[in-house]
Formats: sequence, structure tokens, C-alpha cells
Amino acid sequence: MLLGGRDFEDLMREPLRIVVAKPGLDGHDRGAKVVARTLRDAGHEVIYTGLRRTAQQIVETVRDEDARFLGLSSLSGAHNHLFPKVCELLVKEGLHDVIVFGGGIIPSEDREELFSCGMKAIFGPGTPTAEILEFIVKACERTDAGVGQNSEWHWESSA
Amino acid sequence: MDLQLVTDAIQGDRRSIARVLSSLENRTLNLSDIKDEFPSIFTDSVQDTWSSLAITGAPGVGKSCLIDKILIDWSSKGIKTALLAIDPSSPRTGGALLGDRVRITAIDNEQYKDLIYIRSIATRKSSGSAPLIVSDMVEFLSAIGWERVIIETVGSGQSEVRCAAITDRIVVVEGPARGDGVQAEKAGLLELADAVIVNKSDISGASQHAGEIKESFELGLGQTPPIILTSALLGEGIEEASSVLLELEDTGRSKKAKWRERLLAHHERKILESDKLDEILHNLAIGSTSVESALKQLGED
Repeated sequence: MLLGGRDFEDLMREPLRIVVAKPGLDGHDRGAKVVARTLRDAGHEVIYTGLRRTAQQIVETVRDEDARFLGLSSLSGAHNHLFPKVCELLVKEGLHDVIVFGGGIIPSEDREELFSCGMKAIFGPGTPTAEILEFIVKACERTDAGVGQNSEWHWESSA
Repeated sequence: MDLQLVTDAIQGDRRSIARVLSSLENRTLNLSDIKDEFPSIFTDSVQDTWSSLAITGAPGVGKSCLIDKILIDWSSKGIKTALLAIDPSSPRTGGALLGDRVRITAIDNEQYKDLIYIRSIATRKSSGSAPLIVSDMVEFLSAIGWERVIIETVGSGQSEVRCAAITDRIVVVEGPARGDGVQAEKAGLLELADAVIVNKSDISGASQHAGEIKESFELGLGQTPPIILTSALLGEGIEEASSVLLELEDTGRSKKAKWRERLLAHHERKILESDKLDEILHNLAIGSTSVESALKQLGED
């Protein structure tokens, strides 16, 4: 099976490269670090961007690091502005096949709009870390989970 | 081989460059195949200067901050530089947290960002401070127009000299208060250094330590490499360090030692890439074979 031009078997045999990013003016990174640690312990290679990145910087990091997943964390309430901006730029830069998920303080009424921008999961506080890993596997199995691939599918998270 | 991908990378498309590097890392693409298809980009012409430089030293001496300042200086001179930043993989799970980017601010500058390429690399299965596959990545980046490639090794101890196997030059970063004069006398990494940078000169003891290192080199044979004091924090000594590193000559010391490391690294790569490795490890673990016969078996490849 081909995924973004690459063989699925190859993808799973080597560690996945995942960027975990903190967009905007938000200094709270405990959540991002917990997720980064979880992904690391599951055998993936996690590239952490550090705090207060712009959407453009995040997209360029994903591009240069050849990441397959991008995790965005926001606890500042600016997710409705920042997350769609990152998704838009990813598509503009031709990174259609990157799978984007998010986490933080994101009310359920805001989530539908983020899914419509191409995000594939939103995890709120209290999400079991195992669920995030489950999402990663599920998203990997699909051929249409990329941010610019316009699929209806997204992960229903428990929190 | 995906010819289009490699062609796009050669033409400078950043995502294609990133993907070629991943393919090299995952062994789905061999550098030798790229060489066969695109021989013209790999020139044999003898360069009058280095193209790859390892920056190594103990954890926390300030390698990343120093590299950031050097990148800013080189970018302002219009030099295209790639940084391969290596961090360790967990021996237990194989995962890695790659965090060297956090400290590199040079790439945030709009004027410089096209002159800088940063890639985080995990050591994966290899031992030592830099996996050998990195040398293929360096060669590819050099061939497609990245004038200088810096490799930031895993924070390393006294005897970690494997990075010698990969790069043209080695710079060892030291900090103040790293032990007394006897530490500088001990054998190891310092012996292979083409330059030594003593960072954190804003803290007392740095210049004394630089003096001890200099003395130690002067007691030995051969040319003493440049020893530079810097403070990456305050920006002191950076200009000098940047220009010395650009023109850095091979001290010619320890040529044999460098080749010894290269030989060992290639040997290790041969073992780690062997198809029989898993089976042999299993047999060793259950005690059905000995280390001697395992080595013999691996040598048959």
C-alpha cells in the first residue's frame, strides 16, 4: 500500500517522525511534554519545537524534519485562530499528507471547525495517553488522513 | 528509486531534500544509487577547505547555543549551512526526543532561513555519538550545494571519538571547571580535535582551563590546534570562533587514529545491518551459540 508515495510497511518498520509544537503566545507546555514523552516511549522519534512558535516556523520545521505527524498544543484559547492557520500553511507548502492532531483546552463546540480544516483528532485534558497511540496507528492505516486530503474521517476522542 | 524526488531535491526543494535524507536513513535509498543516476553532482575535485565538521563535547557545555551563534555569523556572510543535530535513541523502546532545534534561533530570522537547513537525527541502532549513515547524508547535502555541514553529536564523554569516522574536522567544546590540569592530560577525544572551544567564558575558570588544555597540547607532539574562548551567552569570542572554524585546517595529527575510528564504524555498520543479526542475538541470549562463533558467522557476510 502506498501512503503519500511511501510504502506502509516501510513506515511502520522505521520509527515515525512526529513534530510536537506550541504555536502562539502560550507558555504552558506540560501537556505537550507528556504527549512527546508518550510518543517517545512508544518508539517514535519526536521533534519538539519549544514554546511560542509561529505557524510559519512550525510548517517549516515539519517540512525540514520530514515529519509524518504534527501535534499542536494550545491552552491559551487562541486555537481557533492558530490551528487553522497552521493547516492552511501546510497545504499551501504542499504538505497535504501530514496528519495533524491537537490538544489542550479546546471546548467541544470549537472542534467541528478544526476538523473541517483537516485536523484529525482533538484530545482534551484527561485523555488516556494510550488513546493517542491508538489514534496514531489508526491514522497510519488510512491513506486519506493527511491535512489536505479532504477526508470526512476523524478520531472521536474520549475527552 | 524515485528519480523525481531526487531531482527535486537537487533543485533545492526543501521537502524533497528532507525526504531523500529520510530514505537514506531508512535504507530505502542508497547513496551509491544516487551516485549512479546523478554522477555529475558528485565532483571529485579536491576542495581547498572542509565540507563537514563535527562539534562534540560533554552534555551541557553549550554546543547548541554555540552552533546557533556560529550559524548566525555564517549566514550573515551568505554561507549555506546544514546542521545535522544528533540525539540518542532509547535503547529500550527505540524512541527518541529530539530537542536540539529548541536552541537554534538563527533559522527564525527571515533573512537567513533559506541559508540554513536543520535536521534532527536519532542514533537508532548505532552505538557512539553519531551513526555512520550520517556520512551518507553529509555527502548528499554537500553534493546538492550545502557548502558547510555541521554535525552536532550526542553529548559525549572523554573517549567518544566515533564522530571522527564521519567528518573532515572535529571541534571539541569544553566548559570551565571541568576538572583540574590532570583531566586535560588524559587521553581521548581532545587528542583528535582540530580545534578546541572553551565556552562559558563568562564563568570563572574558563580561561584557566583553556590554558591547561594549551599546555597539554604543547607537551605533546605535533601542532597545537587553535584554542578559542567563547561565551555563547554573551556573544563574546563568537566572531573569532566563526572565522577560525571556517578556515580550519586539518592538523594532520592522529590521522591513523581517525582511520581506526572509520574502520571500526564501518565494521559495526556491517554487523548491525546483517540479516542474521536478530537470529544470532536470539541464539546468544538462549545460550545456544558463543560470542566467538557469532562473530565468525557475521564475518562470513
